[in-house]
Amino acid sequence: MSKGYLLLESGEVFEGRLIGADREAVGEVVFNTSMTGYQEIMTDPSYAGQIVTFAYPLIGNYGWNGFDGESDAIQLAGMIVGELCTRPSHYLASEDIRDQLLKAGVVCLSEVDTRALVKVIRRKGTVKGTILSAEQIADPAQANRASFWETRQLPAQDSIYWVNRVSTKKIQTYANVDEYADGLSHRSHSQSHPHVVLIDYGHKKSMLHSLLKAGCRVTVVPYATPCADIRRLQPDGVIFSNGPGDPLALEPYLEEIKKISASFPSLGICLGHQLLALAHGARTEKLKYGHRGGNHPVKEIQTGKVMLTSQNHGYVVVQDSIDSDTFQVTYRNVNDGTVEGLKHKRLPLQSIQFHPEAHPGPGDTAHIFQQFIEEITHTGDMDYAIT
Amino acid sequence: MNKLKGKSHRLQKILVIGSGPIVIGQAAEFDYAGTQACQALKEEGYEVVLVNSNPATIMTDTHIADRVYMEPLTVDFVTKVIRQEKPDGLLATLGGQTALNIAVELEKTGVLAEENVVLLGTDIEAIRKAEDRKLFRQLMHELGEPVPQSDIVHSVEEALAFVDQVGYPVIIRPAYTLGGTGGGIAENEQMLIDFVSSGLRYSPVKQCLLEESIAGFKEIEFEVMRDAAGTCLTVCDMENIDAVGIHTGDSIVVAPSQTLSERDYQMLRNAALKIIRALRIEGGCNVQFALDPDSDQYYLIEVNPRVSRSSALASKATGFPIARLAAKIAVGYRLDELSNPVTGRTYASFEPVLDYVVTKIPRWPFDKFQSANRTLGTQMKATGEVMAIGRNFEASLLKAVRSLETGTDHLESAEIKQLNNEQLREKCVRADDERLFAVAEALRRGYTVEEIWEWTKIDPFFLNKIKRVIDLEDVVRANPFKLDHMAEAKQKGFTDRKIAELWSVTEEEVRSFRKQKALYPVYKTVDTFAAEFEAYTPYYYSAYEEENESISSTKKKVIVLGSGPIRIGQGIEFDYATVHAVWAIKEAGYEAVIINNNPETVSTDFNISDKLYFEPLYVEDVLDIIEHEQPEGVIVQFGGQTAIQLTTVLEKEGIPILGTHQSHIDAAEDREKFERLLAELNLSAPPGRTVTSVEEALETADGLGFPILVRPSYVLGGRAMEIVYNKEELLDYMHKAVKVNPDYPVLIDRYLMGKEFEVDAVCDGDDVFIPGILEHIERAGVHSGDSIAVYPPQTIGEDVKNRIIEMTTRLAKGLEIKGLLNIQFVLYRDEVYVLEVNPRSSRTVPFLSKITGIPIANLAAKVILGHTLQALGYPGGYHPEEKFVSVKVPVFSFAKLHRVDITLGPEMKSTGEVIGRDVNLEKALYKGLLASGMSIPAQGTVLVTVADKDKEEVMDIVRGFHQLGFKLLATEGTAKCIQKAGLPVMSVNKLNKAPNILDSIRRGEVHFIINTLTKGKQPARDGFRIRREAVENGVVVFTSLDTAQAMLRVLETITFSAIPMPPSASRSKKEVLTSES
Repeated sequence: MSKGYLLLESGEVFEGRLIGADREAVGEVVFNTSMTGYQEIMTDPSYAGQIVTFAYPLIGNYGWNGFDGESDAIQLAGMIVGELCTRPSHYLASEDIRDQLLKAGVVCLSEVDTRALVKVIRRKGTVKGTILSAEQIADPAQANRASFWETRQLPAQDSIYWVNRVSTKKIQTYANVDEYADGLSHRSHSQSHPHVVLIDYGHKKSMLHSLLKAGCRVTVVPYATPCADIRRLQPDGVIFSNGPGDPLALEPYLEEIKKISASFPSLGICLGHQLLALAHGARTEKLKYGHRGGNHPVKEIQTGKVMLTSQNHGYVVVQDSIDSDTFQVTYRNVNDGTVEGLKHKRLPLQSIQFHPEAHPGPGDTAHIFQQFIEEITHTGDMDYAIT
Repeated sequence: MNKLKGKSHRLQKILVIGSGPIVIGQAAEFDYAGTQACQALKEEGYEVVLVNSNPATIMTDTHIADRVYMEPLTVDFVTKVIRQEKPDGLLATLGGQTALNIAVELEKTGVLAEENVVLLGTDIEAIRKAEDRKLFRQLMHELGEPVPQSDIVHSVEEALAFVDQVGYPVIIRPAYTLGGTGGGIAENEQMLIDFVSSGLRYSPVKQCLLEESIAGFKEIEFEVMRDAAGTCLTVCDMENIDAVGIHTGDSIVVAPSQTLSERDYQMLRNAALKIIRALRIEGGCNVQFALDPDSDQYYLIEVNPRVSRSSALASKATGFPIARLAAKIAVGYRLDELSNPVTGRTYASFEPVLDYVVTKIPRWPFDKFQSANRTLGTQMKATGEVMAIGRNFEASLLKAVRSLETGTDHLESAEIKQLNNEQLREKCVRADDERLFAVAEALRRGYTVEEIWEWTKIDPFFLNKIKRVIDLEDVVRANPFKLDHMAEAKQKGFTDRKIAELWSVTEEEVRSFRKQKALYPVYKTVDTFAAEFEAYTPYYYSAYEEENESISSTKKKVIVLGSGPIRIGQGIEFDYATVHAVWAIKEAGYEAVIINNNPETVSTDFNISDKLYFEPLYVEDVLDIIEHEQPEGVIVQFGGQTAIQLTTVLEKEGIPILGTHQSHIDAAEDREKFERLLAELNLSAPPGRTVTSVEEALETADGLGFPILVRPSYVLGGRAMEIVYNKEELLDYMHKAVKVNPDYPVLIDRYLMGKEFEVDAVCDGDDVFIPGILEHIERAGVHSGDSIAVYPPQTIGEDVKNRIIEMTTRLAKGLEIKGLLNIQFVLYRDEVYVLEVNPRSSRTVPFLSKITGIPIANLAAKVILGHTLQALGYPGGYHPEEKFVSVKVPVFSFAKLHRVDITLGPEMKSTGEVIGRDVNLEKALYKGLLASGMSIPAQGTVLVTVADKDKEEVMDIVRGFHQLGFKLLATEGTAKCIQKAGLPVMSVNKLNKAPNILDSIRRGEVHFIINTLTKGKQPARDGFRIRREAVENGVVVFTSLDTAQAMLRVLETITFSAIPMPPSASRSKKEVLTSES
């Protein structure tokens, strides 16, 4: 393992050992506090363009398997760990993480004081960084020079580049419901396999699986699919998925999003939540260092119940921008009070900032899918006026 | 209690039940939990009433609760407290199984309903469902949660029938017992019969659960919490390195789990939360799982609907105070209303995440109990545990190893090295306390991870990590003074000493090389959320990494060394003193810094000190912290022998030792120096000598005359100490018990069979203050920790007291004590001798503090910091005696330790203590004996079988029992003597004929046994078997005539005997006494 560095635009340098692809990585440096679920995190399209720091120091303990990927590839730009396990142990472990990194062309910097790094990010906010081998940079102190960073530009967070990179290019329907629909034979509805359109801004596979498992037929469509095309698919409901970057990158599409969400029962998740909020008049802003982990408490306002959620977002809906005639806040973060869920006052539209599909993280909010499906099956053939 | 928000206002007064004495399976963790709970309730403005019989705890300090009852934890006594105090609520889920069982009983007797007492927290129904195997299984079936095939049996026959269905091996778990008492894994019919019959005896409901064995599965524990609003969360999950089959209390445990995938983790988390929802837990709960290493099949093993040893570990491992929050939930708070004390800004309704690895290793008492069966199984045997924190597994494990204080600072052991390959394999297969070292040695000898996995079922993940330690040894060895390799070794937890050995240089050379290269540890914070938020916890552990978070303040500070894991001879009493010392240091205006590694105790709660370093009490770790903190000095007096042992090295390094000077500590510890001092002070000790050979020993014994007391030098809790009555026994001892040579001398003293006294004193250099004198019920020869101690002394006059006071004063001044001093005296033929001097806090400090109301440890700490006793309001001299009589009664855990002889002797065997306090000795003794767990039947049968030397003396006691109406049963020789004394006695066969004594004991025909030791200590001997049989059947055995005499006195006061009117005026004195009582 050769020596390498993580350089931050804010000037800090962390030394470590390089594993995986032999190439430079540039990205927004963020941290995730989950103690398990590294495979899901590494393959989550929402991390596209980011260098993820794992706060838990031992990563890779149970290896890599063919089931837990949230997409078909490693999506993050680079990763920083305390220690990457070279001798994993798990009956499902089938592949080597290092091979996966090489295959994906992703670099990992290990043996880093990740706690110190997490604290830097916490104090300074999400910051641009680069992973370099010692051969690539003789003097890591260069990180302090603006010229150094000029050559290491990233597509802006509010550029469509990120979503475009991870969203599907073609419409695809998943109908092998029986494979997933275990134990749902008790459903008495005539329409026992509701059709859901999943607008893909970089969705996690678990989102698709949750829907299939609940007995839905799912059609995944590219992010730019216009309302008319969706209408042709005759969905019972639409889900706006998670995805990378700033929701404002999708500003040109907000009108269409508004139209879709006014036409079909809609559920927005993570980036999808932010988009629905924007489409219906609210604003979003960047959090200092985001919420990334599997232990974020949110409170359901109506019941007072607190649930632990899986989260991964750097942007948030601004509380003051929410028009109380349009939206009702349904969930709130217990720690910082930020908006975690919205419900439209007239439309069958709701959205949540966290990830009910879990993977990684607790499945305490999985009922949100259930509720959504119940709702769309009941709504049935109801017609929607186009507003 | 239907309410939506905040605490209940309906409640005003809350009764908290503690867990009683420390026994194996229920230890200091409940002092930690109980203290937190009482404080949490008090800060809410509730009036808190506490019942607990354990005087060695912080929780029974009178400022922790509003009123403290140190009464026996029996339904009768707790009922009395309830009737007297009339509390509104009862909190029983923080006092272990003891408190929970009492709550269940109180509910049954109807007292709670009668007195309108609400059970707070988890309700009785939930407790029953979790605790009763049948109800539990039923619930699991309803929830669709898998449990291993099992059956509840009430007899051996039912057990055999079950095994016919499922086959061997099967696990036997007695219902409602502590630490799995009486259980085990049976591989065959004989084992099954043994386990089931003992299990049925221990189970208060006479039930055993038989379970198909899932040995070899991963064992995973979840600590979960739920509030009344239904919010559920996981505080921590923990993975046992030892697979299912070894009690979790005896397993090496890591947190968080290391080999669970995200899917595995969430699957078990979901199951745990589903279960606590179904049980409607309000507070903390522990859920144990077995997980197949080759599939996602899992089973529920057990649910504990209360805080537990594991929750204490989880609290320390995460920084999340489970007990405190459980108490708040019990009075109605919701988790999201409670702030996370670590940030003060975020809330308790989140799941902690770690950015380090925690390792717990149990501390077993096998160094004391040489004859004990060391094999680990479903019955817990450890008395305590250590925890260590590291940024990687290897460092965490190695730190834990050196925290154990078992003489090794690395994954190696001299004894294990001696084993041949076959023995080594055997040791790995048959798990015992040394398996970790055997595994490391096997790897060193080239066995593969696969082979060792076959033997042990320890997950290859852990074996590979251990292998990395072994591989790193070779790398370091091959690269002397190479900084890179050294840095890696330090990161992985190697000590300087180990590196020195690998480089064949001295430790000093390694240390100075390390300093020269500026290779120092940094200190990281334990903050519950992996640095995501700003934390204010002053809770640290070391790591060889970049950023240091423990910023040394400019305030004057003092470091207190704690006492490490709870073990026999060094128990919770030392933690008590440590905590008081920390408080005193803070009061005196210094910053108090503590170093300790025991996750169970109050001292390692992060809010006790200004700074807590959760680190090994190992010289290198301690020196690094001192170097980092630059304190005014270090206090070693409160951490027992653990801290005292570090004195010499600290002194050598030029670290100021506050309090008694190191040379004086040495003078008290070193035999010859001590003898010189006694001679100078003109004080007498039993005559004796230090010998370095067998010949010398015989010669010395001849000169002194038998009986003699023999022991190796520098002992802890009387280890390997024996009373020897003749030459043969002496030879036997010298050959078997000790390795005598000039490096390991043996001490021989004349054994003076007299009355023993114990004194704790505080000296500021000028004045000597003596809070009290304790008199022992058992004569000298029984270890002071195992004796019943009485305050104030009952049998001596002012004259003897004055002599003791005067001798104490002279010794304190002679040793230039600054701080605490503990002395044991023996009164023999009207002469007072000094038996032992400890220049430190002692086992009796908390007991004496409580009964006299004098904050002894606090005074000592302040004196150490330079205050005078005069200024503190305690001028020298003997504190006026209190009116009440208090007794300290030892509590043993013999039922948990098979093959251990229960005979009291110079080696300490007790694990805990209780207090009995009342207006006179008899009443105090009654409470004390009862609280210690003895059943005190007013009638029944006494079995007497004593050594010839005791036959004459025992007659008075036998007569006493007879007069109270007890039937007498005796073995042949003893029976003859009793007959000769004119008392009716039934003779019973010794063990060579049937039916014999053992049958009588098993049939429950015997209520007390008086048995004194005959020659030899082989387990095969009759006396041993009688005593073990008694322990296993819960029959009270007196191995000291003095204890029997004490029990007799108690019985005399609680029993009325029928006495005919005298035909003439000649009545014996005894009868008068009896009839008057």
